[in-house]
Amino acid sequence: MTEKLLLEMKQITKKFPGVLANNNINLSVKPGEIHMLLGENGSGKSTLMNILAGLYKPDSGEIFIKGKKVSFKSPRDAINAGVGMVHQHFKLVDTFTVSENIVLGTGTKFRLNTAEAVGQIESLSSKYGLAVDPTAKIWQLSVGEKQRVEILKTLYKGSELLILDEPTAVLTPQESRDLFNNLRQMARDGRGVVVITHKLQEVMQIADRVTVLRNGKAVATLERDQITEQDLAWLMVGRDVVFQQKKTPARFGVKVLELRNVEALNDNGRPALRGITFDVKEGEIFGIAGVAGNGQRELAQVITGMRRCTAGSIYLNNKNITNLPPEKIIRQGVGHVPEDRMGTGLVPKLGAVDNVILKGYWDTYARGPFLDYKKASLETERLISEFNIKINDPTAPVSLLSGGNLQKLLLAREMSLNPALLVAMYPVRGLDVGATEAVHRLLLEQRTRGTAVLLISEDLDEIFKLSDRVGVIFEGQINGIMKTEHADLEEIGLLMMGAKQTGEMPS
Amino acid sequence: MSSDIFIAILATAITTGTPILYAALGEILTERAGILNLGVEGMMLVGAVSGFMAALQTSNPWMGVFVAMLAGGAMASIHAFLTVTMRANQTVSGLALTIFGIGLSGYLGKPIVGTPLEASFRIFELPLLSSIPFIGPIMFKQDALVYLSYLIVPAMWFFIYRTKAGLNLRAVGENPAAADSLGINVFRIKYVYVIAGGMLAGIGGAYLSLMYVPTWMENIVAGRGWIAVALVIFATWNPGHALLGSYIFGGIDALGFRLQAMDVMIPSYFLKMLPYIFTIIVLILVTGKNAAKHIGAPQSLGLPYDREER
Amino acid sequence: MTTNNLIPAISFEKKLSPSPLMNILVPVVSVILALLTGALLLALTGKDPLQVYSVMFYGAFGSKYGLTETVVKATPLLLAGLGLAVAFRMQLWNIGGEGQIYMGAFGATWVALTIPDQPAWVVLPAMMLAGAVAGGLWAVIPAIPRAYLGVNEIITTLMLNYVAILWIDYLVYGPWKDPAGYNFPLTPSFSESAILPTLGDTRIHAGLLIGVVLAIILYLLIFRTKFGYEIRVLGESPEAARYAGMNITGKIILVMMISGAICGLAGMAELSGVTHRLQQGFSPGYGYTAIIVAWLTKLNPLGIIIVALLFGGLQVGGFAVQMNGVPATVVSMLQGGLLFFVLGGEILTRYRISINSRRGDDTP
Repeated sequence: MTEKLLLEMKQITKKFPGVLANNNINLSVKPGEIHMLLGENGSGKSTLMNILAGLYKPDSGEIFIKGKKVSFKSPRDAINAGVGMVHQHFKLVDTFTVSENIVLGTGTKFRLNTAEAVGQIESLSSKYGLAVDPTAKIWQLSVGEKQRVEILKTLYKGSELLILDEPTAVLTPQESRDLFNNLRQMARDGRGVVVITHKLQEVMQIADRVTVLRNGKAVATLERDQITEQDLAWLMVGRDVVFQQKKTPARFGVKVLELRNVEALNDNGRPALRGITFDVKEGEIFGIAGVAGNGQRELAQVITGMRRCTAGSIYLNNKNITNLPPEKIIRQGVGHVPEDRMGTGLVPKLGAVDNVILKGYWDTYARGPFLDYKKASLETERLISEFNIKINDPTAPVSLLSGGNLQKLLLAREMSLNPALLVAMYPVRGLDVGATEAVHRLLLEQRTRGTAVLLISEDLDEIFKLSDRVGVIFEGQINGIMKTEHADLEEIGLLMMGAKQTGEMPS
Repeated sequence: MSSDIFIAILATAITTGTPILYAALGEILTERAGILNLGVEGMMLVGAVSGFMAALQTSNPWMGVFVAMLAGGAMASIHAFLTVTMRANQTVSGLALTIFGIGLSGYLGKPIVGTPLEASFRIFELPLLSSIPFIGPIMFKQDALVYLSYLIVPAMWFFIYRTKAGLNLRAVGENPAAADSLGINVFRIKYVYVIAGGMLAGIGGAYLSLMYVPTWMENIVAGRGWIAVALVIFATWNPGHALLGSYIFGGIDALGFRLQAMDVMIPSYFLKMLPYIFTIIVLILVTGKNAAKHIGAPQSLGLPYDREER
Repeated sequence: MTTNNLIPAISFEKKLSPSPLMNILVPVVSVILALLTGALLLALTGKDPLQVYSVMFYGAFGSKYGLTETVVKATPLLLAGLGLAVAFRMQLWNIGGEGQIYMGAFGATWVALTIPDQPAWVVLPAMMLAGAVAGGLWAVIPAIPRAYLGVNEIITTLMLNYVAILWIDYLVYGPWKDPAGYNFPLTPSFSESAILPTLGDTRIHAGLLIGVVLAIILYLLIFRTKFGYEIRVLGESPEAARYAGMNITGKIILVMMISGAICGLAGMAELSGVTHRLQQGFSPGYGYTAIIVAWLTKLNPLGIIIVALLFGGLQVGGFAVQMNGVPATVVSMLQGGLLFFVLGGEILTRYRISINSRRGDDTP
């Protein structure tokens, strides 16, 4: 083969305390190729790319860029070698402008002259379809725009190898399509593009080649024409995956949660919810789909009492709970699995027992002014065994638990309160397939038991799998509600981008 | 009040405010790098005593300034080591430094308390500039360190907002992970600016023992280091605002002295309370205003930076 | 063939579980290192460290007088340390302990000077109450802007220290000055009924008892009651507290008030048990030293008793050594130094030092 490889990673191994993240991985990328790195959460793909970006040092193995061996001691070395990484969690300085972020860390001149850079940025911008205002401040931008800034950062530095970590996690289906077109153009100009993903459909859509990681090992590298979705799934998980979890047929009851024209402000004092109206019934899972930042967080907060509504009303089983303090809402039977599981839902430095009593310390686990730790320990033991949570010491800080066990503990606590309504935000974010399935099963169990579940998620697959109805949130309003069995991905995508639904909204 | 007295008060405001200004400028650099340094009071004390001792020995006040700078920087390097490398709690480390600084300066200064200093800084007029009506006698009839501060403030402003290095500094304070991913050496930047901040604090302390009083006495700094920390918030981390703020504080102090001298019926103790009470009020007003205008501290202020966070 | 340069790189890796061995080893080693550094400093300034240390040790622990004095000096540190620990547990940095001590002294003095002729069982509790109330209110002043506006309490509490001290200065140089006191800044002596009972012929006073009882109460409060649970959750994770429906602003004000009240008690105890009058500078920085005491014991009420005794001993040792021409400020240096080492050592309980041998290029 005379074609020179742009990138070659040989026998890369990286160990962290308690986990072998990368185990003798081989990876190669050709110029002009879009190479996808497929694996579930925890398979080691982010670690591998972080090594390539110069953030981690491999314990052993070699890296060759354009045939020359390199050893990165810092991100600067990687950048100088032409590697440009677009992280999943953007590394942008909020208070700086777009151009300041792009020129940060470049150039040797003493004086700062962003005006010069603007011209270059604008030409790159138009060449690759990445429209963004160079003078805007980052905190003013939408998620899609921020991603474009991250890509422009790499192009500005002349990157030949682009790495994108889960780029479509924050995009609508249409935005994802546009992104892939842009990437294809960048590849055509001779660059190599690596995309990290856990979505099989994306691989089928755009990859020239795909390398599948599982448990830290590279299990296969396949050409485009050798790929089928089933094969990929089997490689990714190691066993046959059932694509459609069987849902029991719907048996809905009365309305449990109802929001009417709810309005609320966000932390910056700007309108976050601008007239939300929908309802959730007993035994139903209602999914909220939408790109992050359209009011999801504020929605969960007004329902659970952590944020004031400025207008509108919220009813729980026909009782008005608008602007009631959180402890009253908890007592009315609202469970909440928050976005931030460690730090909001659980207290990291306290033990499992102390976390279990978090919502019941006032009466359930109390005797007068004192806490009833005996009762609390018993309940904790019960939850640990019933929910199959791996905890060695219920008094050790929960920060030591894995993501999956943390989420199970959180869910266990919330479910043990027998809520009438369960609000779950991004419940499987960052969890591996095993934990994800467990959590999904628990949510479906709640549904069978008659709990009303409000599921807020960025993952359309998850929403379709679990929800009975789905509502799309855009800029603080629900602009479309439909039954999932009749829903169309295309239409949902358009709604996520702001189109309005025509016709009747099913209730 | 005649304009003469008014001018005199304003001139004194500058003199009184200058040690606070130096310390505040230093703290601005440190906090912009994301590190909270509550050891300023201790560093000023150590700067004051060591600068005084050096000036006494060498009969050269500039030597005093130089040594004070080194002393402040040395103390700051302890803080940098603890907070950046050892990732210790920044609040407690700063407090430890202040307590240590109080002890160390008292210990070293015991033998020389109250010694008069021949080689102190003197006031001298700047030709031409001091003839400008009104402003002239206020701003240009001062001592060398004040004039130096007039140069440092715009230089620092330019550095922070108009140079690449300044951009890097601001990036480290706002989002060290972002800076790190771009190859900026976060650890080194934090070290450099913490130590630079300590150096400036040392100079601020030396101003007191080499010009303002001038001599060494225990607790010569009397809380000015703390006022400087508050001032940084008041000044929204901007050197120009810090200049204004220090002179305002200096003015309050100067006013208090004036009133004492004018035999006003208020006991001197209450007048001495003014700067501290003023600081509290200002802090309350400013915190509310900053929050409303979304001006904030550098976002990573007070948090230790860890690259391999999993 | 590239040569293998083995470059040892020292880095810190997060540990999987905190090590209980380190929790004991670190403070002990810190004390040793602090003493060594202090010795170095002493030697550099021409003093014999061994001699200084032995004078300090014997001064503090080598005689009955020394031991009892140690306890006397430890008492205000114990009380103030407890008060501060309560606030610190909630991440409320009450640096105003010194001012709260002074204001507590003010409150107690006001009672003592107003009703000197009442019997002790009236006067003493009244003084305690007044001291606690005064200290508590002094802490509430900065607590309110902190609770409602998020104003940094470190600076506000600290500023009030200076104000409190000036207030006391005003009183003892002015309206409360003892006419028979030769113009010294102090009040008249307290009456018999305003003086705390002492142990035998030592100077150890009932303040110690108050302190020990308080330590036990606080321990139970923090670890066994609902209120203490709320403090622990709020201190670790304010977001989780909001999530669980706890009243944050109320708690901030209440906890600061308790903190200030206990420090106020420390002031009252010092006056009623030791100085028997209000005088300028009666607290040589107890409020600040108490910060270190509280921090060193990781805010554990029972541990504070031990460290308070240690620091009391340091204080007494410092006086003893002053007679030999070493300034008492050497004590502050030792205390600060001790804190440095503990702070630095903390990292070892959470992280592990790893020395990686890494194959590097020929190029450095």
